[in-house]
Amino acid sequence: MTRYLLGRLLGLAAVLLVTSFLVFSAVHLAPGDPVSFLLKGHPATPEARAAIAAQYHLDDPFLVQYLKWLGGALHGDFGRSIQFRQDVTALLGSRLPGTALLIGYAAVLVCVGGVLTGALAALRRGPLDRLVLIGTGVATATPPFVTAIGLVSLFAVQLGWFPGPGSTGTGLAGRLHQLTLPAFALALTLAGLLARVTRSAMLDELAREHVEVARSRGVPERAVIRRHVLRGALGPIVTVGGTTLAGLLVSTSIVETAFNVTGVGQLLVQSVTAKDLPVVQAVTLLIVLGFVLVNLLVDLLAPLIDPRVALAPGDTA
Amino acid sequence: MTAAALTEPTRRPLLRRLRAPGGGPLFTAAVLLLGALVLAAALAPLIAPHDPEALDLRAPLAGSSADHLLGTDQSGRDVLSRLLYGARTGLLGPLLVVGLSTVLGILLGTVAGWRGGWVDTLLSRLLDLVFSVPGLLLAIMFVAVGGPGLTTPVIAMSLAYTPYVGRLVRGLARQEKARPYLESYRVQGWSGWTICLRHLLPNIAPTVLAQSAINFGYALMDLAGLSFLGFGAQPPAADWGAMINEGESALQRGAMLPALAPSVCIVLAVVAFGIVGEGIADRLARRER
Repeated sequence: MTRYLLGRLLGLAAVLLVTSFLVFSAVHLAPGDPVSFLLKGHPATPEARAAIAAQYHLDDPFLVQYLKWLGGALHGDFGRSIQFRQDVTALLGSRLPGTALLIGYAAVLVCVGGVLTGALAALRRGPLDRLVLIGTGVATATPPFVTAIGLVSLFAVQLGWFPGPGSTGTGLAGRLHQLTLPAFALALTLAGLLARVTRSAMLDELAREHVEVARSRGVPERAVIRRHVLRGALGPIVTVGGTTLAGLLVSTSIVETAFNVTGVGQLLVQSVTAKDLPVVQAVTLLIVLGFVLVNLLVDLLAPLIDPRVALAPGDTA
Repeated sequence: MTAAALTEPTRRPLLRRLRAPGGGPLFTAAVLLLGALVLAAALAPLIAPHDPEALDLRAPLAGSSADHLLGTDQSGRDVLSRLLYGARTGLLGPLLVVGLSTVLGILLGTVAGWRGGWVDTLLSRLLDLVFSVPGLLLAIMFVAVGGPGLTTPVIAMSLAYTPYVGRLVRGLARQEKARPYLESYRVQGWSGWTICLRHLLPNIAPTVLAQSAINFGYALMDLAGLSFLGFGAQPPAADWGAMINEGESALQRGAMLPALAPSVCIVLAVVAFGIVGEGIADRLARRER
């Protein structure tokens, strides 16, 4: 177990190292002189150019530059944002809470909504099941920004229940109220996916012999469903749920842009548009880090849920 | 999760079980819808009632009328005409992504599966690495360096979709290589290239095409998301994702059509491609059995 964990952590570090190298080289792959690139074509005095070159260590050889940047990144120093004239770390710190709240909200919606809908469809076959199948089919084909349009037009413009894009709430309740529509937009596609996985996993489990045995021994139906069917179906649900949460990290940039939420995803889009590369580098690394951490967590959870799954080094990808 | 799993198209659960009893009518409807979309895109200059980029600032956000069937957007441009022209970039982008990723995936997958050994290990690791980066993030990084437009997102998405095809082809190629008919060609002294091109590829092509059809809908969704963010087709060009972005502010002023019309188009197209892709995959599975 320790050996496996150590191996996985090493692999994780390797992925991050490769990503950081690629992300850093991106600046140098960009056509043109890095200083002009960082200045976004604005004219500047030779002194200002020299200052920028010194700040980004642009006079050093490429590898030295990379190592210096990496050293800074390891200490939490990602340089300064060109667009916001602020330290990237401080900028990220101010944007993270909003995104974390949004992703947490959406994750709860995905897990509760997806699993409940899927379980309901599996247990009540017939018209309800067909309805769920059609609904989840459309849900998985609806990208988050389309959901956002639908939600805004119905709940913000027509009914006025929730604030439209761009408003800010105060206090936790106000923030949650304001983030309700974004969270639903973020959750819908993935909730549909999780509902489908839950449904088919539970149907598979319902057809198993151990469920039949439990029923014939007179175990109450509720206990059969909870202790035998849901328990057995948990493996695929957690695996897909985990990858789903990792997906939230990326699609949050679209939803935050659609609803004008000041979060990390919107920051990424703004920085790409403004060519604010220090910020792009930091946010990209952050998202990749979250992505691999969630995947690691799911892999570590798998043997706890289903002891038959072995933590073999060969299984890792 | 063994070789068997890698010789079937990766079927993300999109619409997998959503089929009318018998499977026929829904599949037919999806094919008809896609046909209509392609026709609309191809004939856009002939059937569009207005110039998609013609401004009419006297009539912004006009509702549905005989002149403008779907109304006008915030600059007074005809929504229906923009929708028709938008179908061109909306379909061309995913087509390029699917085409490029299929060619690249077949190339890498065949080489990996046929050669085996360290080449296989190297290429498989490479595909795994690309597979582990979310496609949307990859595309955003590419745009950060290469700038927005039609080309950069298409290249990034092609790379992101290559592992789906590459892994599948590798599994299929390994499986086919062990079959006696390919073995006998090798014994007869045919070169690896000839055997792969003339015998291996035609045999695995249908399965690969099913995967590509499934990928089409997802690529359409991803590319529309990128152009919603302003990283795709640049204004004033008509594009569904960009239209939704522009229509969002109009929405808050009570005009629904400029944003809703392209939204409906995207969802319909993705659902239709999902049904067609799954339908092809199912037919193949039935034929194999």
